[in-house]
Order: sequence, then C-alpha cells, then structure tokens
Amino acid sequence: MTNDADDCVIQFENVSLRYGLGPEVLQDVSFALKSASFHFLVGPSGAGKSSLLRLMYLALKPSRGLVTLFGRDIATTPRRQLPALRRRVGVVFQDFRLLPHLSAFDNVALPLRVAGAREDEVRRHVVELLSWVGLKDHLDARPPTLSGGQQQRVAIARAVIVRPTLLLADEPTGNIDDKMAMRLMHLFEELNKLGTAIVIATHNENLVGRLVHSCLRLDGGRLEVDETARGPAPALAANLRQSSGNAA
Amino acid sequence: MFAKRTDLPLDRDALSRYLPWLIAFMVYMAVLALAGLLVLAAMARYWDADVSGTMTVQIPPTGSAADDDKRVRAAVILLLGEPAIVHAEAITEGRLMALLEPWLGTAEVSADLPLPRLVDVEVEPGADLDMAGLARRLDAAVPGATLDDHRIWLDRLVRLVRSVEALAALVLALMCSATVGTVVFTTRTGLAIHHDVIEVLHLIGAHDGYIARQFAQRALTLGLRGGLIGLALAVPTLLGIGSLARHMEAGIMPNLTLTLTHWLAIVSLPLLAAAIAMLTARLTVTRTLARMP
Ligand SMILES: Nc1ncnc2c1ncn2[C@@H]1O[C@H](COP(=O)(O)OP(=O)(O)O)[C@@H](O)[C@H]1O
Ligand SMILES: [Mg+2]
Repeated sequence: MTNDADDCVIQFENVSLRYGLGPEVLQDVSFALKSASFHFLVGPSGAGKSSLLRLMYLALKPSRGLVTLFGRDIATTPRRQLPALRRRVGVVFQDFRLLPHLSAFDNVALPLRVAGAREDEVRRHVVELLSWVGLKDHLDARPPTLSGGQQQRVAIARAVIVRPTLLLADEPTGNIDDKMAMRLMHLFEELNKLGTAIVIATHNENLVGRLVHSCLRLDGGRLEVDETARGPAPALAANLRQSSGNAA
Repeated sequence: MFAKRTDLPLDRDALSRYLPWLIAFMVYMAVLALAGLLVLAAMARYWDADVSGTMTVQIPPTGSAADDDKRVRAAVILLLGEPAIVHAEAITEGRLMALLEPWLGTAEVSADLPLPRLVDVEVEPGADLDMAGLARRLDAAVPGATLDDHRIWLDRLVRLVRSVEALAALVLALMCSATVGTVVFTTRTGLAIHHDVIEVLHLIGAHDGYIARQFAQRALTLGLRGGLIGLALAVPTLLGIGSLARHMEAGIMPNLTLTLTHWLAIVSLPLLAAAIAMLTARLTVTRTLARMP
C-alpha cells in the first residue's frame, strides 16, 4: 500500500471539536482513510464516535484542525459545492432518521431524487435494492409501521443507493437479528469490494474482535489507529452470531 | 393545482390551515382599499374636469325685484366683456327654485325668503383669468356681488380625496408587509417543525434551492388559495357598495363603476399576494439554510 495522499477519501489533521462552549469532545484527532478501505470505529459510549462521524459527513465543522474530503479542504470549499461532496458519502444514522411521512420507497429514493435522477431509474434502483434487503413487500410502508430491524434496513438502503465513495454507519447492527446482521455485513463488504470505503462505528468490541479490518479506537476524545489485522475473515459470522445475542 | 410530490410533510401542518385565511383576509382588505383608491381617483378627476371651467357670480338681494334684475344685467354685461369668458347667463328664478327644492320643499319660499341671484359663468378652458381683478371690477359695477370659482370648495374636496387616497395606499402597503410578515413567521415555524427532515435532506446532499423550492411551492399554493378566497369575498362587497352608491347618486357623484383596467388591477392582487408569499418563503428558507455548514 502506498501512502499517497491522493489515495485518501478522507483525512483529519489535528482536528478538535467542541459543542458550543462545552469541553473538547474530540482532541487533536489525525487519521487518513484510503479509498476502498474498511474500518471499525470503536470506543465506549460517549467517546465521541457519533461526533467524529458528524464531522466526516459534514454536519459539523471542526473547532480546530483540517478536514480534507475527497481531496478538498472543507474549510475553503465554497458552500454551494458541498452538496456534491455529501452525495458521495452515504450515512446510516444511529437513529435512522427516516422521514416518517414518506414510504420506504420514497425514503430510499430521496438521495437519487435530490441528485436529480430520472424517475424511471429511481424506480428500478430502489425496487432492486429494497428487494435485496428483503423489503420487497414493504415498498409503500411508512417507517412507523415497520419493525426496528426493517427501519434499519431502509436506512441502510438509503445510505448505499447512490453507491457512495465513503459509507459511514453509526451502530448499524444494534437492532437486527443475526441473519440480517450477516446479510448487512455482507452488503457492506460487497460495497467495499466495489470500491467504497467503509467506517462502521460501534461500541460493541465483540463485533470487531477478530475481524480483518483496521480499527479506529476513540477514548476520552483521543484517537488511536490500530492497523493490525486480527485473524481470518470466517470469524465474522461467528462474531456476529455471538454479538447480536442481545439484539431484538 | 401544483400536485407535485414533496419530501416535506407540509400539507398536514397547522400552518397550511390558517395561512390561506390570513392571506384571504389581507387580500380582501387590499381589494377594498384598492377599489376605494381607484374610485376616489376617478372622483377627483371628474370633479376637477367638471367644475374647473365654471364659476358662479352671486348677487345679494336688494329687496326690489326690478333692482335685482338691473344688477344681474349689469353683471352679465361686465362678464361677457371679459375675453376669457365664453358664456354668462343668469339663472332664472324657476331653475333656482328647482335646485333648492330638495332642501326647502315646494312651498312658496321666494316671497318670504330673500334669495340671491346667481349668474352661471363658463370660462374658456385653459384661459388665464385674473380672478382678483375680475372680482374687484365686479364689486365696483354691482356692489356686493361675489365671484365663486368653486376652487376653494373643490380644493378642499380634492385635498380630502387625496388624503383618503393616501390612507388607502397606506392600507395597501400595510397589507403587503403583513403578508410578508405572516409568511416569514409561518415559514420560520415550518422550518422549526420540519427541522429534522430538512437536516436529513441537507445531509443527503440537497442544494438549498431544492429545499427552498418545496417551501416556496407550498407558499405559492396556499397564497393563491387564500388570495382567491379573499377576492371571492371582496367582489360581492364591491358590487354591493357600487349598487348602494348608484341608488343615492345625486348628480354630484360621478359614475362609480369600476372600469376593465380597475378590475384587472383588482384581480392581480391575489396573484401579487401569492407571488409575495412565494418569494418570501424562498428567501426565508435560503437564509436559514445558509446557517447550516
Ligand atoms: N449535540 C450535542 N451537543 C452537546 N454535546 C454533545 C452533543 N452530541 C454529543 N455531545 C457530547 O459529546 C460527547 C460524545 O458524544 P457522542 O459523539 O455521541 O459519543 P458516542 O457516539 O461515542 O457515544 C458526549 O459527552 C456527549 O454528551
Ligand atoms: Mg453514538
């Protein structure tokens, strides 16, 4: 692997974040993620994982430091060019953030429509993806009528519908059963093989346990990057089965 | 109308229920104010044109009818001698009685009541007449005769009309700013209520214009709906006032009906309100979104 900066989808240099006048939630965070890489972001609850992701999907600006997304310095990029960058980032929010008044279909279609896609293409892609995540029979269901796991799958479908260059997922396997978790991890890995860089935040260290992927570890607002691969890929299944025992 | 799909649950919030009525009320008031404005302007023009070419000479009674006749003749001769005056004619007692009848009744008043004699004078349009000089000469020839060019009365009337006009214009301006204020307020509330949805759209990569368009579209629809309700209520009111005015028309009132141009101006008011609502909503949303990174 090269250390070429052009190869990075996102890069943080000495980034700090505080909410309002509060304490620094993130301190001097520096890292760079290569394209088509796969990372877990781990740390106890309140460590700042969601905050770090918010900086990555441009919901927040850092209090200090430099964020470079797809080679663009965010601080100096004109505001009207930011939507184009955001469209290359798929986000699975921790609380899904589905629009309750829209059907599953319309929720997943949103990123395509926002980007101005043709309606027949929207239809084709959305139906295909929702079928893939097992929601073919729920195209017209509104999120409040879906189970937690179904909502999560809609949220994930919405995040991946545009084949993002960078996918960020905040605790995505928290709410779903074993088999579905497997399928979703599979979806993420498929997407990763197609060239999407992936960051999955989780407070469940068991999930990461012996996975091959690199690990970003947050504690007390500081980040350490652990690049060591940890065992063979088949451990994934066993790990998921074990870790999702407490899921609904 | 505008059955376009929207990402925001805008149709179901409370705002969409009362915004049209607020706009309807404002358009209603604005239509009445505008109609008043147009009618008053027509009235001022009418009086101006009708009265400015005429004057009246008033000759106080002496008690003797023969003397009065002589004084009237002297006045008429003097008046006709003026180059700017094209016509001067004494108003006969019969016509004077007819004019006074509505106020004094048909009783035999002329005998008991000393009535002044009047001379109707018509001035060449645009002529430069020295009113003060004429009044002096008239008083010298016929002592006590006064010249009334209706100007004082008319000026007061026109001033009154103008100030009512200014009031109507003020009402119109207030209605416009109230529409803007209402839409700003409702849009801000909408932004607050739908903040979550808006943020998701924003984070998914929606341009500000994409989000603003949905608010603007709704404001246009609600504005048009309200405007048309307001217009629908205002038109019968106007027609009612018009027919009342026609019934009591006493010669002094010009024809109060609105012309086609007037009606066009009135019909454009709801469109104006809808356009104001749309632009205001768009601006409000864009400015709020500009605060998001
Ligand atoms: N919107 C916010 N305003 C103020 N403080 C916040 C906000 N979001 C998170 N925090 C604080 O930032 C810290 C990190 O939170 P978060 O990023 O949600 O951690 P994690 O996702 O790892 O549980 C916590 O102390 C939390 O209280
Ligand atoms: Mg979190």
